[in-house]
Amino acid sequence: MFRVVGGLTLVALTAGLVMAFGVAPREVTQGNVQRIMYLHVPSVWVAYLAFAVVLVASIVYLARRLDGADRLAHASAEVGVLFTGLTIATGSIWGKPTWGTWWTWDARLTSVSILFVMYLGYLLLRGMIDDPDQGARYAAVLGIVAAFNIPLVHFSVYWWRTLHQPPSLMKPGPGTMPGVIVAALMVNFVAFSLLYVYFVAKRVRLLQREAEAAA
Amino acid sequence: MWKDLLVERRSKETLNALFFFALLLLFVFQFAVGPDRERLAGTLPGLLWLGFLLTGLLGLGRTFVVERENDCWEALRLAPGDKSAIYVGKLAGNLLLMFVVEAILVALFGIFFNLDLAGVLPALIVVIGLGTVAFAAVGTLFAAMTSQVRARELLFPVLLLPVQAPVLLATVKATEAVLLGEPLGSVAHWLKLLGAADVIFVTVGVLTFDFVLEG
Repeated sequence: MFRVVGGLTLVALTAGLVMAFGVAPREVTQGNVQRIMYLHVPSVWVAYLAFAVVLVASIVYLARRLDGADRLAHASAEVGVLFTGLTIATGSIWGKPTWGTWWTWDARLTSVSILFVMYLGYLLLRGMIDDPDQGARYAAVLGIVAAFNIPLVHFSVYWWRTLHQPPSLMKPGPGTMPGVIVAALMVNFVAFSLLYVYFVAKRVRLLQREAEAAA
Repeated sequence: MWKDLLVERRSKETLNALFFFALLLLFVFQFAVGPDRERLAGTLPGLLWLGFLLTGLLGLGRTFVVERENDCWEALRLAPGDKSAIYVGKLAGNLLLMFVVEAILVALFGIFFNLDLAGVLPALIVVIGLGTVAFAAVGTLFAAMTSQVRARELLFPVLLLPVQAPVLLATVKATEAVLLGEPLGSVAHWLKLLGAADVIFVTVGVLTFDFVLEG
């Protein structure tokens, strides 16, 4: 199973790279820098997907006490933090030549970085508790609180920034993108989603082995 | 809850220390920002909430200290009836403590920074009340979680601060408007956000506290 998903991921990632660098045209105003979008946007998609999975797995764990749900939440949170970090890093690399700065307290940057520290805290909590059962319960509670906090973060940061600043930079919406770019983006979406599944599956297996070894 | 209030009234240990801490914070803020009145006025809402936040972190972090030190955690767990009643009781006690400290801090701010608070006090109370409920609801839940963990003094703020980011943004913005004498209607969207945060956090707290107490 791992082989199949891994192989599919590899194929999809290669296709994504080909689409991003070979097929998609060079953007007129931004030049080649724009191509980082093919990495950036799927990353943030995977991050949100991962945190949604954490929420669902946390609720399932508290309701049913399945160890598998706990391991899924743990693995998904780790992968989510990784991809949130990737999102911030690629966004910074894109922002430097485009906006002229690595970092600005723009609405989306701020909300993604709040998510980043929130789920880093989640992983920290997991690392600090020795009793696996206790750790699983506390982490599940935190996973639920954090997930419900995401819309609050989103709105607060949006109002915080956009009431005082024209939303010109914040809305590079996909509405005006030509078909080739959308297609390239879609291929990368699929590739990153597969990568997410692969990472989580591997990590869940590893956590399972760790639990077996400890038992 | 009555037991907590009674203990607090008898010993006054937390309240005295927090009062002194609030006073010290005022000195620190004054030193950090300098005597420039213009700049001080601009940063005042932020400083006020920073004061609430820091005293709150210390005060809320102590929520379950008495239980831990006297080994009553087990008794809490074994207490008959609905566990969420314990959460509501602890939350009410924390709210009372926070409100007392906040009232003192606001009065001190008024005196030391020469503010005319009389006209804006009702609006200010609404904003502070809404913000404090959200803060204390998450704080009480996390205090219960971290009280059983290594490095709890460190973990508590690390978990709480990111989750409180939207609440902090909303309260600071609303306080700023209120201090400028604007009507509450002009910050209605922030108040709605705070209200939503209150409802969400108290509900999640009541529903999940059972799982925290279990182990």
